[in-house]
Amino acid sequence: MDLILPVLDTTVRLAIPLLFACLAGLFSERAGIFDIGLEGKMLAAAFFSAALAAVTGSVWLGLLAGIAASITLSAIHGIASITFRGNQLISGVAINFLAAGLTVLIAQDWFQQGGRTPSLIGGARFETIDLPFAEALSGVPIFGQIYADLISGHTILVYVGFLCVPLTWWILFRTRFGLRLRAVGENPAAVDTAGISVVWLRFAAVGICGILCGLAGAYLATGLQAGFVKDMSSGRGFIALAALIFAKWRPWYALYATLLFGFLQALSLRPDVVELIFRVPMPVQFLDALPYILTVVILAGFVGKAIPPKAGGEPYVKER
Amino acid sequence: MDAMPKWADVLLVPLISIVIAFFFSGLVILAIGENPIDAIRTMIQGSLTSSYGWGYTLYYTTNFIFTGLAVSVAFHARMFNIGGEGQAMLGGLGVAMVCLALPWPHWTLALPAALLGGALFGALWAAIPAYLQAARGSHIVITTIMFNFIAFSVLNYLLVNVFKPPGSMDPATAVFPPGTALPRFSDILGVFGIPFSAAPPVNVSFFVAILACFGVWLLMWRTRLGYEIRAFGHSESAAVYAGISPFKITMVAMLISGALAGAMAINNVMGESQRLVMNAVEGAGFIGIAVALMGRSHPVGVFLAALLFGFLYQGGAELSLWTNIPRELIVVIQALVILFTGALDNMVRMPIERAFLAARRRRKAREAGLGKTEPAE
Repeated sequence: MDLILPVLDTTVRLAIPLLFACLAGLFSERAGIFDIGLEGKMLAAAFFSAALAAVTGSVWLGLLAGIAASITLSAIHGIASITFRGNQLISGVAINFLAAGLTVLIAQDWFQQGGRTPSLIGGARFETIDLPFAEALSGVPIFGQIYADLISGHTILVYVGFLCVPLTWWILFRTRFGLRLRAVGENPAAVDTAGISVVWLRFAAVGICGILCGLAGAYLATGLQAGFVKDMSSGRGFIALAALIFAKWRPWYALYATLLFGFLQALSLRPDVVELIFRVPMPVQFLDALPYILTVVILAGFVGKAIPPKAGGEPYVKER
Repeated sequence: MDAMPKWADVLLVPLISIVIAFFFSGLVILAIGENPIDAIRTMIQGSLTSSYGWGYTLYYTTNFIFTGLAVSVAFHARMFNIGGEGQAMLGGLGVAMVCLALPWPHWTLALPAALLGGALFGALWAAIPAYLQAARGSHIVITTIMFNFIAFSVLNYLLVNVFKPPGSMDPATAVFPPGTALPRFSDILGVFGIPFSAAPPVNVSFFVAILACFGVWLLMWRTRLGYEIRAFGHSESAAVYAGISPFKITMVAMLISGALAGAMAINNVMGESQRLVMNAVEGAGFIGIAVALMGRSHPVGVFLAALLFGFLYQGGAELSLWTNIPRELIVVIQALVILFTGALDNMVRMPIERAFLAARRRRKAREAGLGKTEPAE
């Protein structure tokens, strides 16, 4: 218990940015817009949230700046892939590089610290929240420990992240907007025939995607770590993309997939625990690669077929 | 009927896209408080005014030709190979294994063997995503992205646990035997008595890259296979109707693409570092995307675009040396080029098409008008 709890605690914290990004991709791809720019949006949000938090000392202003940066990149993606019907994948690649380059460039200009922000202290970071009775219950074996160490003691964004899962499910599967959003990803012509704007719906989805990526990036720089460093998203956007496919574009499964991939990341930080569990030394590199390998296996359809939204990646051209 | 003449499609549209991309890059430089004109001057000075600068520019160009061609071949079959980075990494492994396998007596023997090794490993790394796309319908973009990460882990594991010489600390192979050292430009031009700086790593691989350009042109426009690849890229259903097998074309196009990306390793691994290190590819696989888009997937275009990016890369290195502008400026320029020549292509293309259509309509109207007035005279 003493061994596994810290690993599970790390799992939760590492899974949250993946979860936000995964749900972001879920909204976008369910509406038929492929988004391989999750990584870039996260990175941009991480930088701007840390930068504003460092300058103003307020993590909330930082969060807003992060979301704004992410939405800006979303807007570029929307204009390229919805308005001008460009290639969504190429646009995503461009956005990733744009974020990777601009964040370092601006960081160097603003802070002169070699492409990083100053370390965030005090109110410039998200503080951990102790849930009620966590202290009192920590003595209770197992349940008390789990409550005090695993469930309590995270930043607010962690709890927001978990709440986003039922919220996403509810929006997508229990509201009219969600029905239309899913329809536009499967058969945009039908939605258009019903007199609903495909362009507006897709922009809305891409916008939500921007907000969620903003949360992911802000959590990365102001919750998980204290400040921005160059390339700090380090492939998380792509792991989130993998998780999205793993979850077959469904919100609850997205939670499980990101927790699984978060667990793998947590394990690769603790090779000693891995050796204890599996009784054999496991190369760290194998654990690092495991999310990608699992995704390829899923994509190959050997273990349940992952079928993406039907109109994904296709620009919608209205018939005249 | 085409909306605009061929020259506009091949030259004008990409040119305007690049001008817009560079305009925004200039704005970025202005925004961080530097002077874009000075920046360009520094870049040109550092990359084009000395044999030292040219040497590095052409060294980078060589890398980008290989990866640009790799992306282009896949583009012709309407596939987006983002896996150039991983394929080039594995190509490096192939080159390193060939170079370390024998005490090679001379580079003329080692180079073809290493080229084959690199191409083979690159092709193999592309083969799995290709097969999954062809046989099981897994999206090649996602699988090639995943394979980039897997390649990184595989290489990391092999370098740390298998290829690292005993006693060494950094994850890299042993230094290759001296017989595998490729002649650099200073050696080649020295034969003719032309002085060239010995410092830059540009080497005989540059000519291999040019040969590869010619080879890809021959393949795509002068062979039956190239025709099939292009036909498949234009319309899969038409290609199937013409008896072209989608499975075969997907596999072959991706194998060629992976082989080209893997072949890059003769330049950066064999020609430059003389051993395989972890980050040998340095993002060249991704720059190949920008190069292919800008070069309109034509070998001549790829060559010119690779040259431009070679200049940007070397110029960017000089820029970070002499000014406050970090190297990442190149990543921004690369992003803007991909954005404007790739994703926002329609934004540039549509107004130009409209202008050509309007011009044609006006000309027709005038001719029609003249036709009417003539009998009256």
